[in-house]
Amino acid sequence: MDFSQIFMVMAATIAMTFFLGRYRALKLGQATGGRKSLNSLPTYYGSLMAMWCGIPCFILLALWMMFDDVIISQAIMQELPQAVLELPTNERGLIFNMISNTAENGARAGAEPYMVAAAERLQSLRETSQLTLIACLASLFLVIMLVVWAKMSAKTRARSQVEKGFKWLLLICASIAIFTTAGIVFSVLFESIRFFQSVPLTEFLFGLEWSPQMAIRSDQVGGSGAFGAVPLFAGTLLISAIAMVIAVPAGLMAAIYLSEYARPAVRSAVKPLLEVLAGIPTVVYGFFAALTVAPFIRDTGGLIGLSVSSESALAAGLVMGIMIIPFVSSLSDDVINAVPQSLRDGAYGLGATRSETIKQVVIPAALPGIVGGILLAVSRAIGETMIVVMAAGLAANLTANPLESVTTVTVQIVTLLVGDQEFNSPKTLSAFALGLMLFTITLVLNYVALLVVKKYREQYE
Amino acid sequence: MQVVNTPIQENEKLNAKSDKVAREKPKTDPINGSHANVGETVGKPFAKHPKMTMRNVDVFYGDKQAIYDVSLDIGKHEVVAMIGPSGCGKSTFLRCLNRMNDTIDICKVKGEIKLEELDVYHPKQDVVPLRARVGMVFQKPNPFPKSIYDNVAYGPRIHGLFERKTDLDEIVENSLRRASLWEEVKDRLHSPGTGLSGGQQQRLCIARTIAVSPEVILMDEPCSALDPIATAKIEELIAELSKKFTIAIVTHSMQQAARVSHRTAYFHMGKLVEVNDTKRVFTNPQHKLTEAYITGRFG
Ligand SMILES: Nc1ncnc2c1ncn2[C@@H]1O[C@H](COP(=O)(O)OP(=O)(O)OP(=O)(O)O)[C@@H](O)[C@H]1O
Ligand SMILES: [Mg+2]
Repeated sequence: MDFSQIFMVMAATIAMTFFLGRYRALKLGQATGGRKSLNSLPTYYGSLMAMWCGIPCFILLALWMMFDDVIISQAIMQELPQAVLELPTNERGLIFNMISNTAENGARAGAEPYMVAAAERLQSLRETSQLTLIACLASLFLVIMLVVWAKMSAKTRARSQVEKGFKWLLLICASIAIFTTAGIVFSVLFESIRFFQSVPLTEFLFGLEWSPQMAIRSDQVGGSGAFGAVPLFAGTLLISAIAMVIAVPAGLMAAIYLSEYARPAVRSAVKPLLEVLAGIPTVVYGFFAALTVAPFIRDTGGLIGLSVSSESALAAGLVMGIMIIPFVSSLSDDVINAVPQSLRDGAYGLGATRSETIKQVVIPAALPGIVGGILLAVSRAIGETMIVVMAAGLAANLTANPLESVTTVTVQIVTLLVGDQEFNSPKTLSAFALGLMLFTITLVLNYVALLVVKKYREQYE
Repeated sequence: MQVVNTPIQENEKLNAKSDKVAREKPKTDPINGSHANVGETVGKPFAKHPKMTMRNVDVFYGDKQAIYDVSLDIGKHEVVAMIGPSGCGKSTFLRCLNRMNDTIDICKVKGEIKLEELDVYHPKQDVVPLRARVGMVFQKPNPFPKSIYDNVAYGPRIHGLFERKTDLDEIVENSLRRASLWEEVKDRLHSPGTGLSGGQQQRLCIARTIAVSPEVILMDEPCSALDPIATAKIEELIAELSKKFTIAIVTHSMQQAARVSHRTAYFHMGKLVEVNDTKRVFTNPQHKLTEAYITGRFG
């Protein structure tokens, strides 16, 4: 039996207590004069019983799972020969791995006798631990169940207690996302601080050259590494700008068409189709950009005598723009639809044409919401990676020419962290610094976007 | 305020015939009577100098008929009030007069509607000039999210009604004065129109409508979102405006209809049951349904 089996048996048992609680409530009701005399519906008594029995048992199980391994391995390590204990940490770790392998798969050739002994001891400790756990869980469960059974009466306010419990469950689920974000921020922040200990912040923010290859040995060519992030941010900006130039007009006009001109039948067909664009995996967009759009741009450029590199910012930006169209169009469509009909009627009533009404009344009224949608799209463009990896190249050129290959922050983070890396070198750590910068930028953008959207909402409520 | 002026007296003869029809009251119970038993319009639906004439108008929302065979005139400089229980088709009928119903896809209008000689529903008739001649004020004040000035200037701008900026300033000032809002807003013409109070917003919407100098103004429950003081102001305004414009107003308040209108039209389940001089409708209704409604027996 391992933890997952214990868990399943326990969950099933606790599900049973639901019926037990309900049965108890029905009995109580009969004793005191019908269901009406109960404080809550019988199902609430069932849930209450399950809740009281379930929560402590799950907490015990969770704690046991967390500490069981640590304590057992400590115990084993202490009994190893003195010579082993004096080894450096990572070698001791290796030895412990061999012991637990032996414990699970039997002794291999070359296993030293002290290892075999330790493996046996490990095995028996684990078994004891599990038996103890099962015993503890079972007795805890029984005790609680009997106490709850005894204390339950027709007056127990089961519904309010269950609802309180449910509220906590919701709260915990909501906080998971928040804690995860906080965790990510802190880990990125600490690694970035380590990076800035070796590379000054000013060099990172204002340096014009990016070549993170560092010499591993001092006699190696390849230089000392340059960590100026400006070319990366310039590249990101260039590609995002191209993308927005495509996405904003196309998306906005699509939205206007859908919300103001299209017949309901057309609208209900076109809108989902547009949104399919958002569902295409970015890798697919990536090879569309790299294999179709980029060569096309290069060949067309060649025809009119422009030299276009085979991986260009233009190709990546164009495709990214298409990818973002549904973001802009669907958010704008929502805000345009939210503009009250009475405003349109007002303009029509004065004799405004449809396009005058849209240009002069509807769009200005929806503008803050549209801007919010566009800002969200921008932060999506900045964070996009796959298309750029595949279509825009890796060369950190500082250029404003969309026909050259550039690279972006996200692409560099990928290349820095792919493959075997020494974790302490500035090269690897710089990825975290880039990530932090990117996170800050998109956070600010999102925050501004939300503020704008909120202000818009207030205007019409 | 009950001014019975000349064009209305002249209507007497025209309507004499239909007045007779009025005496034959339908036999059905007014409360439970289905619209099939409402019968023809009684009273005086026609005017000697009509500004707008409606003949045999039917309106459909999809398959559902909302207006049945309504004929009515609105005389020059006349104020016609339309009353009736909720859902009887007052708004629908009013919105036919400047083709606002065009914005509802499923809405179809049959019959003849004329603005003087202009056939409102002629297939080649452009709604833009039509709506410049027949303006509309809505139930809920709906100022554009623009400045007070730009709200009023909006109509003149889209219709190109001025040549110089000073002309526009003049139009804006005159319209605001007519809507008796000028004194309250002259110091903040460039602050947003949405920042005004409800009553001020409604007067702003009236100013916006009269800035294009329409000939007819349609008002759909213009005071239903306002308090009694703002309502009194707008009613005063309607009396003033009727000197220059022709007005059709939908209202749920019979006192309001009595105060502001020359003639009152009572609608019931899509039919025009009775039209007559306002005083007469309220003192001596000729149709049982009208009587039931104004004495508060249903509605
Ligand atoms: N857009 C629409 N689509 C379908 N049916 C409609 C539409 N607008 C109105 N109707 C129907 O037409 C009939 C008349 O509606 P209308 O709005 O003209 O009534 P009303 O007399 O103005 O009522 P109220 O006093 O409540 O404003 C109602 O039965 C209504 O359900
Ligand atoms: Mg209405």
